[in-house]
Amino acid sequence: MCVAVSARVIETDERAGKVDVRGNILNVGIAVRNVKPGDYVLIHAGCVIEVIKKEQAEEIADLLRELEDL
Amino acid sequence: MLNIERIIAELKNYQGSPLKLMEVCGTHTSAIMQLGIRSLISPKITLVSGPGCPVCVTPAAFIDAAVAIACEPGYTVLSFGDMFKVPGNGPSLSEGKGEGASVEMIYSPREVLVKAEQESDKVFVVAAVGFETTLPAYCDLLQELEQREIRNVRLLTSLRQIIPALSWLGTHSPDIDGYILPGHVSVILGEDAYKSLAQELKTPMAIAGFSTEHILLAIYDLVKQVQNKKNQVHNLYPSVVSRTGNTLIQEQMEQYFQKGQIGWRGLGLIEDSGLFLRDEYTQFSMPYDWPEPNETAEDFKDSCLCGEVLLGRISPPECPSFRKHCTPSMPKGPCMISLEGACGIWYRFHREKKEGQ
Repeated sequence: MCVAVSARVIETDERAGKVDVRGNILNVGIAVRNVKPGDYVLIHAGCVIEVIKKEQAEEIADLLRELEDL
Repeated sequence: MLNIERIIAELKNYQGSPLKLMEVCGTHTSAIMQLGIRSLISPKITLVSGPGCPVCVTPAAFIDAAVAIACEPGYTVLSFGDMFKVPGNGPSLSEGKGEGASVEMIYSPREVLVKAEQESDKVFVVAAVGFETTLPAYCDLLQELEQREIRNVRLLTSLRQIIPALSWLGTHSPDIDGYILPGHVSVILGEDAYKSLAQELKTPMAIAGFSTEHILLAIYDLVKQVQNKKNQVHNLYPSVVSRTGNTLIQEQMEQYFQKGQIGWRGLGLIEDSGLFLRDEYTQFSMPYDWPEPNETAEDFKDSCLCGEVLLGRISPPECPSFRKHCTPSMPKGPCMISLEGACGIWYRFHREKKEGQ
């Protein structure tokens, strides 16, 4: 339950927005300051919990895919 | 130069005293099994699971309460899917739903907002379980409920903090030589939050991500800290975890929740480890009259040893019920049910265990 997934922000107002998780568009809450479209983020239970670097987002996405496939 | 090959070589050839390291987070337990980490390290280094699967440690009495509420006319209980099949003392949410209780699965607490606005004559109760990683989603929901003036949503809470639980664990399982700390809980808390705990327990700690390299590096770090008699917190996931964590979420948690004693399934009552809605937000709290459930390892002993597993005292195959009377389709305890429960993970990867241990 405590693993977050990576996503890219599509649009946002101060506290909510849309993100792209592997091609799925989700409405999420935002619990981080100054998030903007194009940012890579960690989301958990429908809420952005941190902004991360693109490379980190890709690593997390790849890893989760790998763990799911095993 | 330190590289992954050298780390594996050193861990594989480790000849020091036997070490017991605990991975606190259920996702780490799963990754360790799936990535075959045990096959890469010396058998003198034992990895045990901790109490970091929220589904496993949520008391049976909480499930009973959620099912009872879902049976009340006009009430619907919303829960993450992980909780659906966990048995209480009576039926699980899934079984309750089969018998007519009003239970729905959600991916995000936000989903309740539309439901509550569309069906204002109903009361929607969110079964709010989880550790710090899930708290932002509940704070976000509470903000929305306030802003939109939605009055028909309640939280039935069983929310917990990992640091008081580790403090408790350190005195009840004192033979743990090092802790692999959860990566995404630490996003919220930050590296500095663990420093006094490491000193209190006199035990080294390493914050880790979830890849093979991350986990091996954390094990290597803990082995080195033990050898050098260090009790420090090392952040080995710095690209994601900061020193101070997410301060906005910490402020929101402080605004809405206060700490207090809460019951952990298999561990019993732990002081200050629970988070409860503050008095000024009781309009969002589902009133339910119960004594805080005190379900210790002793309570499981007739059926399984989930309590001992959660304390890191045994690995799942050491439980007499494992695979014999306790399987994912016929679980005796919560550690077999949850995707992040140690027993369920060991069951699914039993073949690897035979090859790797």
